[in-house]
Order: sequence, then C-alpha cells, then structure tokens
Amino acid sequence: MTLDQDLVRHLSEVSVSVELQTPEMTLNIGPQHPSTHGVLRLVARVDGERAFDVRPVIGYMHRGYEKLAEVRNYPQITTIVNRIDWVAGYANEIPFITAAEKLMELEVPPRALWIRLILTEMARMASHLIFMASYPLELGAQTPLFFALRERERVLDLLEGVTGGRFHPNFNRIGGVKPAYGSGSQTRKLIQDLPKTFYEETRVAMDEVLHVCDQLEDLVAGNEIILARTKGIGVLPPEVAVAYGVTGPNLRASGVAFDLRRVEDYLPYDQFEFNVITGQNGDCWDRWWVRLQEIRESARIVQQAIDSIPSGPIQAKVPKVIKVPKGETYVRAENPKGEMGYYLVSDGGQGPYRLKIRSASFSNISILPWILEGVLVPDIIAIMGSLDFVLGDVDR
Amino acid sequence: MQLLAEVMSNFWLGLIIKLLIVALLVPVIGMIIGFAEMKLSAKMQNRVGPYYAGGRWGWAQLIADGLKFFQKEDIIPADADRPVFKLAPALVLGATVALVVVIPFGPNMAFRNLELGLFYALAISSISTIGVLVAGWSSANKYSLIGSLRAAGQLIAYELPLVLSVVGVVILAGTMNLDAIVQAQIATGIPYVVPQFLGFVIFFIAALAELSRLPFDMPVAESELVMGYLTEYTGFRFLFFFLAEFVNMFTMSAIAVTLFLGGYHFPGLSGDLATVLGPIVLIAKSFLLVFVMLWFRWTFPRFREDQLQSMAWKVLVPLALANIAVTAILKVVI
Repeated sequence: MTLDQDLVRHLSEVSVSVELQTPEMTLNIGPQHPSTHGVLRLVARVDGERAFDVRPVIGYMHRGYEKLAEVRNYPQITTIVNRIDWVAGYANEIPFITAAEKLMELEVPPRALWIRLILTEMARMASHLIFMASYPLELGAQTPLFFALRERERVLDLLEGVTGGRFHPNFNRIGGVKPAYGSGSQTRKLIQDLPKTFYEETRVAMDEVLHVCDQLEDLVAGNEIILARTKGIGVLPPEVAVAYGVTGPNLRASGVAFDLRRVEDYLPYDQFEFNVITGQNGDCWDRWWVRLQEIRESARIVQQAIDSIPSGPIQAKVPKVIKVPKGETYVRAENPKGEMGYYLVSDGGQGPYRLKIRSASFSNISILPWILEGVLVPDIIAIMGSLDFVLGDVDR
Repeated sequence: MQLLAEVMSNFWLGLIIKLLIVALLVPVIGMIIGFAEMKLSAKMQNRVGPYYAGGRWGWAQLIADGLKFFQKEDIIPADADRPVFKLAPALVLGATVALVVVIPFGPNMAFRNLELGLFYALAISSISTIGVLVAGWSSANKYSLIGSLRAAGQLIAYELPLVLSVVGVVILAGTMNLDAIVQAQIATGIPYVVPQFLGFVIFFIAALAELSRLPFDMPVAESELVMGYLTEYTGFRFLFFFLAEFVNMFTMSAIAVTLFLGGYHFPGLSGDLATVLGPIVLIAKSFLLVFVMLWFRWTFPRFREDQLQSMAWKVLVPLALANIAVTAILKVVI
C-alpha cells in the first residue's frame, strides 16, 4: 500500500529531523484579489508570513493601444489614451495632443491652455483622492473611503460639467479643446465655452477639497495604527527609485524634487505658484503624505488659474483633415501617477506611424520585486497600495 | 412568578424552555447586532444603509440576507477535508451558544448557574478559535490557511491577558460564580470597573482580539487574505460563522458587563422589579459595549500580526500581572 509507505517514510523523516519542518509555499496574489487594483498578479514564495521572490505578472489587461493607435487617426486616438489611466483620464490626453501640436507647430490659444491646465489639475485631485480613499481601506480602515470619494465627486461633477464625461472626457482637440456644437454663430461659440457657473462652483469645490484634506489628516494621520503600519515600511531610497525609473509622487516621496510641471512646458505651469512636495524617508507614510499635500497644491493652482484665465478663442485654426507632418517627437507630462510620455512618429499621414506610450504605473511597479523582498504578507498590501498604480496604466 | 418557578423546577420542562429561549436568543441577537452594524456604519460614513427591505428603515434586511444564504448553493471545495469542513461552522456556533448558557440575566437567572462560571466562559470562548483553525485547515486554500494560523497565533497571544485581566475581579469578589460576582458588586455598591479599570481595558482589548474584530481582524483581513478562513465558505455555513461573530460580540460584552459593570443590576432597582428588568438591563449594557466595538470597527485600521503579538506580550501581559499584584496586595492591606 502506498499509504503505508508514505506513512513509513514520513515517520522516518520525523525521527531524522528533530527540527520542525516549515515548508515554504507559493502564494498567488491575484489576478482576482481585492487589493491588486485590478488584475495584477503577484507570485510570492512565502515562509509563514514572510514573502520572498515576489514576481509581478502583468498583461492580463493588455489592450494593444500602441498598435491600435497606428490604425486610428489623430482625433480618434484621444479616445484610446483616455482609457490608459482611467482614474485620471483627462490627464492622459494632454501629452498626446501636445505631441501632435508640436509636430504641426500649432499655436494653441492661451484660454485653451488654461482650461487644459485646470482640468488636468482636477484630474490629479480626483486620482489622488481615489488613493486617499483606497489606501486606508487596504490597511483595514473603511471610513476614509467615503470622505475622500465624496469630495472626488465634486471634482468629477465639475469635470463632467465642462467635458460631458466623468472618466473619459475625450475633450481635447488638436489646437485647443472641444468645440461643443461644431462651429457656427456667436451664441453657439459662447455655448462652447466653460459653463456659466463653473468659476463659482470651482471656488466652492476647491474650498471643500482643502477642507476634506484637513479632515483626512485628522482621521488618518492622527491614527496611531496607520502610523505604525506605514512608517518605515517599504522604504524606497532615492537612488534605487531613480535607477528603476520610478516617477511621480512615489519618487518625490523619496526626496527627489523632480516634477515635470517645473521641467517641461507642455502647459503654462510657470505662471502659477506651487510647491514641489517631497518626503524625507521614502516610506509608505511619505507616499501618502506627499499625495495629500499635492491635492492641496493642485487646489491652489486651480484657484489661481480660474482667477487668471484669459479670454479669447479656445481653438486654433486647423485644417478639416488633420495631417501631422513627417517627424518624430517625445512629449512627457507630469500625470497623477508619474511621468506619462508619448513618443510619436509621424510619416505625414492622418494617423501616427508609431506611438510609444511610456506610462507611469508600468515603471512604478517594476520596483515591486525589489521593494517586496522579505516583507511580511500584510506589508505587501501596504506597500503595493502606497505605490498607487492602475492596471490600465500598466498594461495599456 | 410562582407558576414560572414551578415550571422551571421540573427538569425536563425547564430544559425545553431554556433550549427554546437559547435557540431564539442567538439568532435574534445576531440579527439585531448585524442590523445595528449596517445602520451605524452607514451613519458614520454619510450613507443611508439598508433602506427598502421591510418597508421602513430596511428593518428586514438581515432576515432577507439570512434567507438568501439558505438559498445559496453549498459549495465544498474538491480538495477540502469534507467532514472537518462541515464540522467547523457547527463548532464555532456551538461554542457561541455554549457561552450564552452561563451569562446571568438576572438574580439567579442564568441558564445554568455554574460555580466555576467564569472559568467555563473563558475556556469555552477559545473553542471557537479551534473551529476557525479547523475551518482554515480543511478548506485547502492558502489564504484560509494563513488566516486560520493567524487566528491561532492570536488566540495564544490574547488568551493570557484575557484570563489574567479577570483575576483581579476574582480576587475582589472571592468567587468565580458569575452571579456571585454581580452580587458582590451590588453589595459594595460600586461596579468593579472603578477599582479594576486597567483590568477592564485589558479585558476589552483582549476580547476584541479574541473576536477578531478590528483593529485585530487579521484572520479575516479582507484586503490581504480575501476573506481569511471564510474564503471557501458559502451559503448557510458562511451564515453560521457570521452569526457566531455577532453573537460572540454580545456574549463577550455580556461577560465584560457582568464582571466589571455591575451585570444585570441597575442602581435603585430591587425586588421583583430588578428580577424582571434584569435581562433588559444586562442586554442594554452589553449593547453599549457592542456599540463601542462597532465604532472601533469603522474607525480603526488593522494591526499587523507581529505588532499584535508584541503588544500582547510586551504590554498587556505585564500590565495584567502588575494589576493582579497590586489588587492582591491592596486586598490584603485594606
């Protein structure tokens, strides 16, 4: 009987090894798991609660957007890029549109740039508020979710009021922003502009967002358990972060003051006063704190922008059929998740010859095997959550 | 009163009545607490909570949920250890029911007034953890396994402070009979929470860990372990665990009330009125503690397992021991 043989072998092993055998096991986290933000899969070797050799397996959400862009024309591609990082859909459009405009050497009217900037910052707030909602949830605190999502709703309402879409605005056009009812009479042109109550509502909403930041600071930062769970956990030294290509709030939390809003000129950020927030230790706590401060800075930028928005047209003159001259360019922007860049190669046709998308989350999660080496299983979730990635942004 | 006493003196009749009361009490209390959790969490989070079921306030939500669980397919994983898998929910709920038995609902009104009632309660309350361990082991699921081992680690870490924290009360009262402990508190006029405040706090924290409620819900830990040891359970087996969790909250609170907050006694009540109102007073006091537990649940995040262990061994156990020493010395001196 095999059973007897097994038993005998087992007994002999027991008698030989006096120490308790604690074999390692392979733990599959995801692709269906509450805390992997979608369909990320982690394969970890765990010894008790300690994890080793954590390997992220990506690609469950690959939608082939780079290839798809080659068979679409330029106005159609904004629809696709909206869906890369869907919690900040609007911000994805900006670098792509800017890249096309750069090749076409278009002068975008300042009002359009201001509108783009306001909406981009709103998208940043929406994205960071999602993080504010989901991160405590991953640590087990459910209530901050509702505080953060409530204010995010205000921001999304404003976005919807202007663009007509909450998640996928598809609002940018080459040379400006969306003309609502096509071109036409003067009244039509007025309708195309920002809604009448936009400025007022934005001021109220920004005050509310700043208020909820205070509330979240009380609720989350004043909590001993959150501090115990995040301080000193998942420390990402600046040199490692730079070596892995980590960008955005994750990099700034490590103390590197690198913000593309200061470096690049894709939107007129030089007109506004804002701070580049940096953390000191690069741990989970700093990543949370940096994002909270960035919401405040974004609210400040929006407040300044609606006070200083110039009047004028919102659309430059462009030909009916948009053709981008032959050439190539790379435009990068500071998205909520980090650096988002498009390498656009045009052969003079109606669509790009090749569009390489450099998305922030993809580079940010490449740090996972390094940062998750030897951590406890609960800390896997705490660290993964603090990196704030979106699977659409990873897989494209 | 007379008739009731006569009926209860008949062993078999009394047994049947007691069984019926327990069988009703457990699901009713579970539903009340479950509903309270839904409504209170909604209040704390700017939500409405259950609304439509039953017409008003969604009062029938828990009944509807319970019926829904019975309709679900009973799935047992192919690799599961079938008999053990089936046994585990019964073990957990059984321990819960067994704990209700010793709670004194009024003067001499426990279902069974044991001389070692406190000892029995503490012993029985840890059996449900064995049920959890068995559930996780037999599920043939790695998340369940980690969850149940966490529960076992938690049991070892927290059983000690839990037991040590009540020693102070036993020293003061001089008995382990729960009814007698309440009577001792009535006699002195002050509930034991005043002289034994540290013991009460330790007991409450340890009870939270024992119940695996937040901030100590690592065995379930939705965001890490999917649903912990419950991952593979569906339908009415899942309902058993759920019911046990809610009723356990009540029973642990009731024991805390009995030990520290004067049990069924309400100042100013005496005689037959105290007997009649005893259960209501006890349940009201217990629900107060249950409310605190719910409040914690929706406020705090979760500890990490190692943080819990170090808190139990480095903070709570020494504090509980110091509490015993001080209580014992004062008892002799005063």
